[in-house]
Amino acid sequence: MSLEIKNLHVNVDGHEILKGIDLVINPGEVHSIMGPNGSGKSTLAQVLARRDAYHVTEGSVAFNGKDLLEMKPEEAACEGVFLAFQYPVEIPGISNAYFLRSALNAQRKFRGEEEMDAMDFLPFFREKLKLLEMDEKLMNRSLNEGFSGGEKKRNEVLQMSILEPKLAVLDETDSGLDIDALRIVANGVNALRSPERSFLVVTHYQRLLNYIKPDFVHVLVDGRIMRSGGPELALELEDKGYGWIEQEAAAL
Amino acid sequence: MVATSTQDLGIHLENFTDFQRQAAGRNLPWLRKIREDGFARFAEVGFPTTRDEDWRFTSVAPIARTQFRLPGKALVHLPPAELKSWQIEGSAARLVFVNGRYAPELSRADAVPKGVAVTSLREQIEGHSDQLSKQLARYAQVERDAFVALNTAFLEDGAYVHVKRGVVVEAPIHLLFVNSVDHLALMVHPRNLLVFDDQSQATVVEEYASLGAGVVLSNSVTELLAGDDAHVSHYLIEREHKEAFNVSTLRIQQGRTANVASHSFLLGGGLVRNNVHPVLGGEGGECLINGLFVGSGKQHLDNYMHVEHASPHCSSRQFYNGILDDTAHGVFHGRIVVHKDAQKTDAKQTNRNLLLSDGAQIDTKPQLEIYADDVKCTHGATIGQIDENALFYLRSRGMSEAEARQLLLLAFASECAERMRPGAARIYVEELLREHLLRFREASRRSGLGTGERNVEEVG
Repeated sequence: MSLEIKNLHVNVDGHEILKGIDLVINPGEVHSIMGPNGSGKSTLAQVLARRDAYHVTEGSVAFNGKDLLEMKPEEAACEGVFLAFQYPVEIPGISNAYFLRSALNAQRKFRGEEEMDAMDFLPFFREKLKLLEMDEKLMNRSLNEGFSGGEKKRNEVLQMSILEPKLAVLDETDSGLDIDALRIVANGVNALRSPERSFLVVTHYQRLLNYIKPDFVHVLVDGRIMRSGGPELALELEDKGYGWIEQEAAAL
Repeated sequence: MVATSTQDLGIHLENFTDFQRQAAGRNLPWLRKIREDGFARFAEVGFPTTRDEDWRFTSVAPIARTQFRLPGKALVHLPPAELKSWQIEGSAARLVFVNGRYAPELSRADAVPKGVAVTSLREQIEGHSDQLSKQLARYAQVERDAFVALNTAFLEDGAYVHVKRGVVVEAPIHLLFVNSVDHLALMVHPRNLLVFDDQSQATVVEEYASLGAGVVLSNSVTELLAGDDAHVSHYLIEREHKEAFNVSTLRIQQGRTANVASHSFLLGGGLVRNNVHPVLGGEGGECLINGLFVGSGKQHLDNYMHVEHASPHCSSRQFYNGILDDTAHGVFHGRIVVHKDAQKTDAKQTNRNLLLSDGAQIDTKPQLEIYADDVKCTHGATIGQIDENALFYLRSRGMSEAEARQLLLLAFASECAERMRPGAARIYVEELLREHLLRFREASRRSGLGTGERNVEEVG
């Protein structure tokens, strides 16, 4: 599968946030998008997940040869797009296990596969919980209710490992995590790396990329990709900050 | 007897006169007096209007102008198959009342342990029960409420439950009131007396349903007496058809360290009013009031809750959740009265409402009357719409919009379900809610999307 973004322009509340993004992600690749706050990183992530508050005014996004922008959120999800939220929602009254099984089965149904019943789901779920060093008791607790920031992020990666997406978009998954949680989340993500799966890791800090080594790094400033490079670009930003690129963007 | 209210209560006077001539227990002086006092009070005040503070948001004009008749003497026989789905698996007993009258052929009380009486009120009246004359109509006051007065005037049948001291009844006792009305407008007045002696434990489920499509007013009063250290769970399930009027009053009297949980589910009916009035009369008592109301179309669902802390060291928790769609109208009036000597009272009230359409409406009014000075008393209300963020989150995992909305409705309703003790009654209610919400969603128009919940202080 591949993701092809061509000249993407996105508006939110009448303001243009993305000003012509071009990006190609091939199967198996890990891309990182870095940038200062307000550059449009999250907007890009949310548009890919089909959040309708974000209006596409120009450009196209093809996913596996299909028009991603024509899809509803659930269709994009069933096609294999997964967004690990920056601020995962708490939903009291729905248990983690029930939610995940419903989501998994919704996707299986879409693909014409057999749905998993509760009996088969449990061991599958347990195995993934172990990988993310999460407590089994979580199964019956309400979705993200009472979870710390770090636990919520781990839950996002847990969901990712259960739903097995083709394109995983991580929206600032590292923000608010201590080093231990970071390590666990990164392990979870790395365990999912495969030639058939791509990752788009949106991050403000370089630190996460020490654990999830990207193939490509892009710097987003003021809605434009100003620079693209290999992992060494991330280290350069770590060293120099964003100031020099921001100046370039301002001059445009 | 002169009707002093300005309303035309002629039909009710006619009904009462006929009733007195042939009602069970008509020759018992104590019962005659109770009924007469009831009718006198009703005649004096008539049906409430929206000028009455306790009925500010609910007009019962449609009830006041209907010429209701009492059910005729002829018994209505329902084929048992009609009631097949209304069985609680593993219940200790199920008493069925058709149009307010006990139907022994549809009822059973075989799994009730020793020390427990589950019979009809009429049987108790006709058996000249001494116990009955001491306890019936001692708590639900006719002066307070016209519907209580009207019910008291016409009381004759309903359930009588008595659990003796120390007896624990694990399985629920199911009281099913079915109205079957076709052309005449009927009114029925089920009267229940549930007595739980010291240290007893039991669960009672009162369920109101209607068959057919005729206009019916079900006006029930239940007096629940919980002795010292008794543990009682009471459920009210109201799921009448959309033309029905349903008024219910639950008057609870609690002894020392008694623990009573009252769960109410208003799902059906066109115009519905549920009154819950617990009095914490003994030290250290606990009361949980857990209500859910789900309205669509033009339904009007009014929840009036009046908790009285009459003794020190008692705690009460009141949670009401409402889901309203189309042009349904919900009302929550939460009154907490803390008497002068009720020190160390701990009371908490929460009303959360989900509005699914622009036309849906909720009136929520807390009313705190605190006369003691060492008290903890909080209240809060929220009014919101389906959380956009939650909806997107679920859809981003592959769930369709319809499925996601359904799940969020279930989640909201399950806040209420979570407060029920695990057991047969809870299983019955949860299944019922699941089915109801499924049909509810299918029947309603698509609603607008919202932007999350806001907190509202006092409204009204």
